[in-house]
Amino acid sequence: MESIRKKAKELLEKNAVQVIIGYGEGLDKSVSAIFVRKPENAETLIFDDRCVHNLAVYLLKNEIKALGKPCIIAHLAALRTILQLASEHQITEDDVLVLGVTHKGELMEFAGFKDIEKYIASANIDISENEKEIINKLEAMTREERWQFWVEHLSLKCIKCYACRAACPLCYCSRCQVEYNQPQWITVEATPVGIIEWHITRAMHIAGRCVSCGECYRACPMNIPINLLNYLTVLTIKEKFNVSAGTSADLDSVMSSFKSDDKENFIKQS
Amino acid sequence: MNIEKKILKYSSLEELVLKLNRDGKQVFAPVKKDNIVDFAPVSGLYEMAEDYIVTVQSAKFVVFPNVETLFEIETSKDKITLKDKDFNSIPEIILLGTRPCDAAGFNILNAMFGGDYQDTIYSARLDKTTLVSISCNKSDAKCFCTSVNGNPGATAGSDILLTRIDNNDFLAEIVTEKGKAIVSKYPELFETVPEINKDKYMADVPVEFNLNGISEKIYSRFDSDIWLEQSLRCIGCGTCAFICPTCGCFDIQDAYDGYSGQRKRSWDSCGFSLFTLHASGHNPRNVQSQRWRQRIMHKFVYLPEQQNLLGCVGCGRCSRSCSANMNLKELLIHLKNVIENE
Amino acid sequence: MNEQNIYLPYLMRIEKVTDEAPLVKSFRLTFIDDEVLNNFTFKTGQFGEYSVIGEGESTFCIASSPTAKGYIECTFRQAGKVTTALSLKGEGDIIGFRGPYGNSFPIHEWKNKNLLFIAGGIALPPMRSVIWNCLDLRKDYKQITIIYGARTVADLVYKHELKIWDEMPDVKLITTVDPGGETPDWKGEIGFVPTVLGKIAPSSENTIAIVCGPPIMIKYTFPVLEKLGFAAENIFTTLENRMKCGFGKCGRCNVGKVFVCKDGPVFSYKQLKELPQEY
Repeated sequence: MESIRKKAKELLEKNAVQVIIGYGEGLDKSVSAIFVRKPENAETLIFDDRCVHNLAVYLLKNEIKALGKPCIIAHLAALRTILQLASEHQITEDDVLVLGVTHKGELMEFAGFKDIEKYIASANIDISENEKEIINKLEAMTREERWQFWVEHLSLKCIKCYACRAACPLCYCSRCQVEYNQPQWITVEATPVGIIEWHITRAMHIAGRCVSCGECYRACPMNIPINLLNYLTVLTIKEKFNVSAGTSADLDSVMSSFKSDDKENFIKQS
Repeated sequence: MNIEKKILKYSSLEELVLKLNRDGKQVFAPVKKDNIVDFAPVSGLYEMAEDYIVTVQSAKFVVFPNVETLFEIETSKDKITLKDKDFNSIPEIILLGTRPCDAAGFNILNAMFGGDYQDTIYSARLDKTTLVSISCNKSDAKCFCTSVNGNPGATAGSDILLTRIDNNDFLAEIVTEKGKAIVSKYPELFETVPEINKDKYMADVPVEFNLNGISEKIYSRFDSDIWLEQSLRCIGCGTCAFICPTCGCFDIQDAYDGYSGQRKRSWDSCGFSLFTLHASGHNPRNVQSQRWRQRIMHKFVYLPEQQNLLGCVGCGRCSRSCSANMNLKELLIHLKNVIENE
Repeated sequence: MNEQNIYLPYLMRIEKVTDEAPLVKSFRLTFIDDEVLNNFTFKTGQFGEYSVIGEGESTFCIASSPTAKGYIECTFRQAGKVTTALSLKGEGDIIGFRGPYGNSFPIHEWKNKNLLFIAGGIALPPMRSVIWNCLDLRKDYKQITIIYGARTVADLVYKHELKIWDEMPDVKLITTVDPGGETPDWKGEIGFVPTVLGKIAPSSENTIAIVCGPPIMIKYTFPVLEKLGFAAENIFTTLENRMKCGFGKCGRCNVGKVFVCKDGPVFSYKQLKELPQEY
């Protein structure tokens, strides 16, 4: 924690960056993102077990970009997010200074994206065993049972607040698919059909890009484990294409690139 | 105003829930499911959650549901038929376990949906709703009802206010005619009460700030940097508006397949980026700080001016559910400090 | 307005369709229900929510004058989902209408004054209602001047009525197009509306100015009027905002302490100055 504060103060004093995107503590000791712009406020930065939010979601926000060049305190999922955003041409190395924090709490200074790639290659980016178990249970269900699971957890609970979308750093479209009305691709209202339409569409738009940070689950006020839908796509894509999002700044978009060695075993003989 | 008081024993409340169900009412109470406590229909008191400060969502869904069909549409080759809503099909609902802050929220929604253009769908639902609230014997750090003209034992907006006293029993304050109607229908369940001071059972919610006279001062800071400063971490979702007991913004959309459909009203939020977008492409509030400012201004400046009511009941729901931890109590304290020290 | 359900629209038949300009159409509408037809009244400046049943609603002013009985008219530009669906409707088709909503131009306070109408492009429709209302009560007003401009000659709406107003001996009409928007046979002014206003320099003495136009035109017109000596309380305009319900409940058009739909859309410049610039 001290090393983060020291580094942050130094960066601001040198004007190497104009804002530090990090974690801070509220009066009631709850943790949230903070945006430090004055060197003397670097003292308010914290880092501990409670700092799980993916701060990369703030990198593409207009009002934060307007503050100047940011330095971001990034844990593993945030680091992967940054590489994925770079793959999608949303940020370049010059746009952001990345300070990583290992799971042991050590500060890492990355010279550039290649450094981040090296670190990620050595880290464990798998979905947790716990979550894999739940997904396997879901996959073992019959189609009807699995549908019932999602009807119960989504259609009857989701209030269409779009917190999952807002919290996801990969959902950065300035106009979301659900916000188009010519034609109205996705039903706006929180009807059972409208809810499922939205979540399936988002899962497909995130497929191949999800870094399994879990923000969608954390953000949901109704405690819906919506991340499970996305994690399933992560597992499927790893299995079919042997690719994980956010492992390189030069990844091709897995869902929209054709490679000549793509298996075409979905075409079945009649 | 003399509010009649009765004792409602725990076993009598159990009876009451059974009898209300038997007599055709839908009873909604806070129920714990999948780690959150939210309103759900209950057939017995045993289903109700014991340990909750407030539910995740407010109780406004009974009068202002997330999706409300305004009327039905039927079309054929040369005819368009609009079928009005069947007001008689609106069910009678008893809300059990709302908090005094929830009840106060209803008063604000009533003012917003009334006025010059009475929303008759809202008022039809309101007529069929009875609030049996339970006062708060504990609070948490995010509550601030006492700073916005409320308190954990306030009766405003409730039809009956229950306060848990010794032996798990309840002191029942019969506030309105609707409350009296329940007592007259089930007189055997309500007993006479010796003098009881309910104050000793109330949660202690310290007053954090006083907003008297603050509206004009907040308005005068319209162009201040504070809105940007406070809203940098806001991610622009609709959570705070949707779970807030006093937020009533909505969208109107047609759902139609070429033959039949409905015109529907659904929850919307001034926090969404496209809320004020014109067809021309002009958006008067196209950055999040302007939208955050609108939220505060509407609740603490505009609504008080229009309706003489503060637009916030201090329930703290927004602060608890916000994934970016926008703690409204803290932000208001911060706002007040900045204003008074400038 | 339906007493029982305020969201339920009246059904109206399109009696006449006029192509005013590229992408701009006018409808003349009549109520299908005779009782509504006979009892419907409105004041100039008010608007309604027009719907294509099944597609949605869109907000436009009532472009005809309240003095015209038996029908109402609206003019709209094809811009989004509902206006596109509306533009596909023809004579005899049925659409929905909710209204009238909003406040109105205080024309009775303008008696015995000169009236200066300034409009740009697609913003002539709300002005058309108040212009005709005043012309139908001609004796009540002194000099009437109309300055109207559009980007090009083709974009001028109500071309037929511009001719009528031009030929009225007691009305002064000045039309203009943006530089580059003129045709070879164009006989009117060439220049942006605020510039032409400055050139004509009408007197502010005992005069009410009514301005309607796109935000950018209004922004440059107000200072010209103030320089000509118009007091802010004698300048009126009508605001356009994203609206849905039309009666101050859905929250969309909340600007400062007002709802544009309920406390407006007609505002004096004095009132506008007191609003946050969020429209």
